[in-house]
Amino acid sequence: MTARIGVVTFPGSLDDRDTQRAIRLAGAEPVALWHKDKNLHQVDAVVLCGGFSYGDYLRAGAIARFSPVMEPLIEQAKAGLPVLGICNGFQILTEAHLLPGAMLGNDHLHFICRDQKLRVENADTAWTTDYSAGQEIHIPLKNMDGRYVADERTLDELEAEGRVAFRYLARDGVANERGNPNGSLRDIAGITNEAGNVVGLMPHPEHAVEPLIGSGRTDGLPFFTSILKKLVNA
Amino acid sequence: MARVVVDVMLKPEILDPQGQAVQRALPRLGFEGISDVRQGKRFELEVDGPVDEAVLARIHDLAESFLANTVIEDFTVKVESEEAVAGAAK
Repeated sequence: MTARIGVVTFPGSLDDRDTQRAIRLAGAEPVALWHKDKNLHQVDAVVLCGGFSYGDYLRAGAIARFSPVMEPLIEQAKAGLPVLGICNGFQILTEAHLLPGAMLGNDHLHFICRDQKLRVENADTAWTTDYSAGQEIHIPLKNMDGRYVADERTLDELEAEGRVAFRYLARDGVANERGNPNGSLRDIAGITNEAGNVVGLMPHPEHAVEPLIGSGRTDGLPFFTSILKKLVNA
Repeated sequence: MARVVVDVMLKPEILDPQGQAVQRALPRLGFEGISDVRQGKRFELEVDGPVDEAVLARIHDLAESFLANTVIEDFTVKVESEEAVAGAAK
């Protein structure tokens, strides 16, 4: 039996179908979860996908964080359930304090949509073992509120503990303001919690899983094969 | 009925590009001498019944857990006098 991976749909979610498709392509079984669900239907992992949940009113992810499905999710994530937050999902995870820091509007005030070069900094999380540390990948990025911020102490802690999972790179492979698409502190594109089961990032791996579409790369697929391997070997 | 106002502002150390965009427009409008603008949010809560300490404490909790994200924002809670509210309604 293969792993069952839940994908939550909130009012305003956009990428739930693409995420389900990516999960299926990796060989796992996607399970649709609804924001009003009071339990997680015994899934083995959950993806919070991109979009504009509840219109992103108040702050991105702030209202979604209090929806019924989040109660069991927060509890089980703290107990080790693998959870991946992509874009709006990452914003929801920071609002729920499952990941430290917060997301703010892009420093240039524009919506951004481009193919983004990243460096995989941590290939030991539940969602990144099919990458190697230092590997450079291209993943589509599309958001308004992508600026990762946290206080200096938190940032130092994340760096020291290897919890920066992905960093934005310029085309020449250097992490600097040219590669940084939104003013995120220390070019941070994604982070992990201490245990490595909760990962959040702004770019969209579910949009880079088939050679036919997008950039023609499948650099996002290892997210989904990593978690599948972890779950079936567990 | 009374009105409780919750003001939410980005912490001083957090970059506010919206406020900067507003500030940069000021000289064009003939406003000189304003060196910085920061933009925040104001919530006006119409409370049924009297606003006592217990109600204020609950609103404080609401502001801290929901209206503001204290990782990036500071907030203040203040009661507008009931007369002022009644006056404004006329």
